[in-house]
Amino acid sequence: MLIDLVSMVAIGAATIFFVAGSAGMLRFPDVFMRLHAMTKADNLGLGLLIVGLALQASSFWVIAKLVLIWLLVLVSSTSASHLVARDALARGLRPWRNP
Amino acid sequence: MGVAIVLLLSFAAGAVRIIRGPTRSDRMMAAQLFGTTGVAILLLLARAMEVAALLDVALVLALLATVAVVAFVQRFGHRPVGEPEQGAGGGGAD
Repeated sequence: MLIDLVSMVAIGAATIFFVAGSAGMLRFPDVFMRLHAMTKADNLGLGLLIVGLALQASSFWVIAKLVLIWLLVLVSSTSASHLVARDALARGLRPWRNP
Repeated sequence: MGVAIVLLLSFAAGAVRIIRGPTRSDRMMAAQLFGTTGVAILLLLARAMEVAALLDVALVLALLATVAVVAFVQRFGHRPVGEPEQGAGGGGAD
């Protein structure tokens, strides 16, 4: 019973992160901030989601695969947003200054 | 299952970002968001429908999302002055 409860809480928290990240991505005025918000939401949200799912997973291999997916997404989205930010900088976009 | 629906909302948020995104990198960022949210939805479905194969689908999607972003930066990247435009050349209209 406890496991279901904990996994429900984890998945709930994951949803909050996803929604917050997406909302953050829409509202921030600058590319860099949006990137920041979006990456945070995805990685953290996904991580919590995977924790939630792993608790309910039946066999060990499922858990191993879940963790693998999470690590892959961590690495890929970090490097991807880095590339996008570098590209934006090269294009001349400057981080937003507080007026 | 309800969570999957909420994730669809963040999909929609990404779509709005694509339409409104002023710069090209915004649109690409939304595409990356789609990738990750897609993976999350797939994981949920895998759990809900007890179909283990969906885990592999999520894995592949995560891979593809990465390749897509790298391809974007490589192709439409705004080369800093120092780097010559290799290969295609001339395509660099901003």
